[in-house]
Amino acid sequence: MNRPAPSPPPTKPALSDRLRAVARHRMVWPALALALILIVDGFVSPGFFAIRIVEGRLFGSLIDILYRAMPTAVVALGMAVVIGTKGIDLSVGSIIAICGAVIAWRIHAGDPHFVILLLALGAGLLCGMWNGLLVAVLEIQPIIATLILMVSGRGIGLMINLIYGGTNPSFTSPLLQGLSVGHIGLVPTRLIVGAGIFLALWLLVRRTAFGLFLEAVGGSPRAARLAGVNARLIQYSAYLVSGLCAAAAGVILTADTHTSDPVSEGLYIELDAILAVVIGGGSLAGGRIYLGGTILGALVIQALTTSILTSGLPPEYNLVVKAVVVIVVLLLQSANARAAVVSVLPGRRK
Amino acid sequence: MGENGAGKSTLIKVMTGAVRGDAGEILLDGRAVRVDSPGAARAAGIGAVYQEVNLVPTMSVTKNLTLGRQPRRFGLIDWRRARAAARQKLARLDLRIDPERPLGSYSVAIQQLVAIARALEDDARVLVLDEPTASLDANETQRLFGILRDLKKRGLAIVFISHFIDQVYQIADRITVLRNGIRVGVGSIAEIPPLQLVSLMLGHELQEVEQAAADLQAAPTGEPILTATGVGRRRVMEPFDLELRPGEVVGLAGLLGSGRTETAKLAFGALRPDSGEIRIAGRVVLAPSPGRSLRLGVTFCPEDRKSEGIFAELSVRENIGLALQARRGWLRPLSRREQDRLAREMIDKLAIATSDAEKPVGQLSGGNQQKVILARSLVSGPRVLILDEPTRGIDVGAHAEIVTLIRGLCAQGLALLVASSELDELIAVSHRIVVLRDRKKVGEIRGADATRERIIQTIAGA
Repeated sequence: MNRPAPSPPPTKPALSDRLRAVARHRMVWPALALALILIVDGFVSPGFFAIRIVEGRLFGSLIDILYRAMPTAVVALGMAVVIGTKGIDLSVGSIIAICGAVIAWRIHAGDPHFVILLLALGAGLLCGMWNGLLVAVLEIQPIIATLILMVSGRGIGLMINLIYGGTNPSFTSPLLQGLSVGHIGLVPTRLIVGAGIFLALWLLVRRTAFGLFLEAVGGSPRAARLAGVNARLIQYSAYLVSGLCAAAAGVILTADTHTSDPVSEGLYIELDAILAVVIGGGSLAGGRIYLGGTILGALVIQALTTSILTSGLPPEYNLVVKAVVVIVVLLLQSANARAAVVSVLPGRRK
Repeated sequence: MGENGAGKSTLIKVMTGAVRGDAGEILLDGRAVRVDSPGAARAAGIGAVYQEVNLVPTMSVTKNLTLGRQPRRFGLIDWRRARAAARQKLARLDLRIDPERPLGSYSVAIQQLVAIARALEDDARVLVLDEPTASLDANETQRLFGILRDLKKRGLAIVFISHFIDQVYQIADRITVLRNGIRVGVGSIAEIPPLQLVSLMLGHELQEVEQAAADLQAAPTGEPILTATGVGRRRVMEPFDLELRPGEVVGLAGLLGSGRTETAKLAFGALRPDSGEIRIAGRVVLAPSPGRSLRLGVTFCPEDRKSEGIFAELSVRENIGLALQARRGWLRPLSRREQDRLAREMIDKLAIATSDAEKPVGQLSGGNQQKVILARSLVSGPRVLILDEPTRGIDVGAHAEIVTLIRGLCAQGLALLVASSELDELIAVSHRIVVLRDRKKVGEIRGADATRERIIQTIAGA
């Protein structure tokens, strides 16, 4: 061991190195994209950044973006964990529908609303256990395994409604609606709930070794097993996390609409969630989890939607503009595309 | 020639357009050629086979050979001509295989030859081979050399990258030596004798490592730390007995496919035995698994580092800390400072060539990845270390280091089980050598009896 290490002794990084390190940081690109969208909005619609207090709560486009992005962001956080293990969870929209049906059913049955909240989350956990069973124990490919619940989940929701003969039953619940559309002080409650979920998940992933194990399993399940990680259990728990996150979003969305509508509630939310993860720097190849980036990704998606609506463009443009922005963000993240851009700029090549 | 991380692979990637060079020019027949993509390299007459075979195992040999340049008729693929072209390419290498079978159904050696056949365009002038013999046995290597000599006679220039010194002297006319990304020597094989080659590669005189069995202390006689009794698995490995004592190195010898890896994995619990009993430190291990073995102080360094060893996306630090973390469980995370300390310590101790501990392991060279896996095992505080091919794909310098390291560990009271295809290496480190043939333990040779001849005789069943 007396051969000197061939690497040169560490020196203080130069400014350009530090700049490059910043540019290489995954969060920079989604943050730039978000900033760009907001700046354009500021030009297009004056007063975009104005935040007023109306009826004792905060109002304004920025608050609106945060408010509307929250359910997708929470679903996307769970998705980020699953994608980190090289998996995917297509069933999140259906889990939301099932939670909605469970809430409406139990309110109809007259349970205390606090218990109903726990039951809804429990339903999500149960869905996660089902997905985890298929993926981690039976070793079915995640896209197929979660497709099963994605397809059947909305049917299950309708069947739950049938238990007591309800079709799109509406309800009121001070507790659940308080969580969804209420506000504590000036701040909408759901933003506080969302921040709480983010914090809890961040602590779980980054302050325990759970995140390292998730990323190890996502990077190479066989290597993780040989290194002593219980790869199955880790994979299984990723789907539990995703199920719980979807259930939390389900509570918010259901309470917001005052009704259980299993056919359309949370429809296509899995696609926005996957997109948010990818914009946030995650790769479907697994191995890395970026919770902060995922939140930014969800905000990028919602900011786009909101700005198209406030800019006066016909809402029909929404999906196409979204697609274009997504392509640009993903190109910015691609090392190859960045290199191509840099090589075209004169005098920038070393 | 050059050590791991010397820049061999990078150099040929620049030569073949896989990576764009940012200075200098490439001359072919005295004319500068622009090689900025693999396609351009091919058009210029430079064919390359990279270290890892880049073919599609599920497709037929024909498809692999013609992929991307299928002959066309009316815009459709002309499979008749494609087959003819494939047969012709195979014939040039004297390969008699059925081109319609999927490539994956052939041995790695054949796949390697198919990769060479693919790289050889009709008008190829230069052939670049990156470690072509890494996964070949001696016979297959000689066959490849026969083909290479034949190609040489037909006027093809060949760049042969290898860390097998003997092979280079067998096949090469001239040697270029790289170290840390710099060319440190070039000359004909007569001008650079082996000793000088090695010192050029290392930057100093090679220490004598092969002092062999003489300085191995007498085999320890204490209580065994790991005992396997009648452990086996149907269709994988016949039941075998194995004992490992603290401070002892046991070698696993045998031909390719004789069950070396299987024995190691069964002892570790990576393969679940369906018969027999494993005891670690006197305790019977029920339902052996890697996690259980790890908690009892047994670690394993796999042979196939790419799919079973490294986490390419994770940093050197995270890779090194993983096994210890798995042993502690998810609720007791290692502090960042502790992780940094362990990583720094291991980078120094094993001389891992990396710019810093935060670099993703996937960006390290093969030999350094191997060292990271070894570091991961060592950090977890093992009592038993199972090494499967610890020096596979590693250059001479690192090879000597790992042999020295194994001896040091055993002097500290670790028990080691080392599976290797290199007999000399096994003889140099082992107190006992377990010999395997056809997935069965056929003998155990102790101390001074363990000579090359004796092992080969046992393998051959004489």
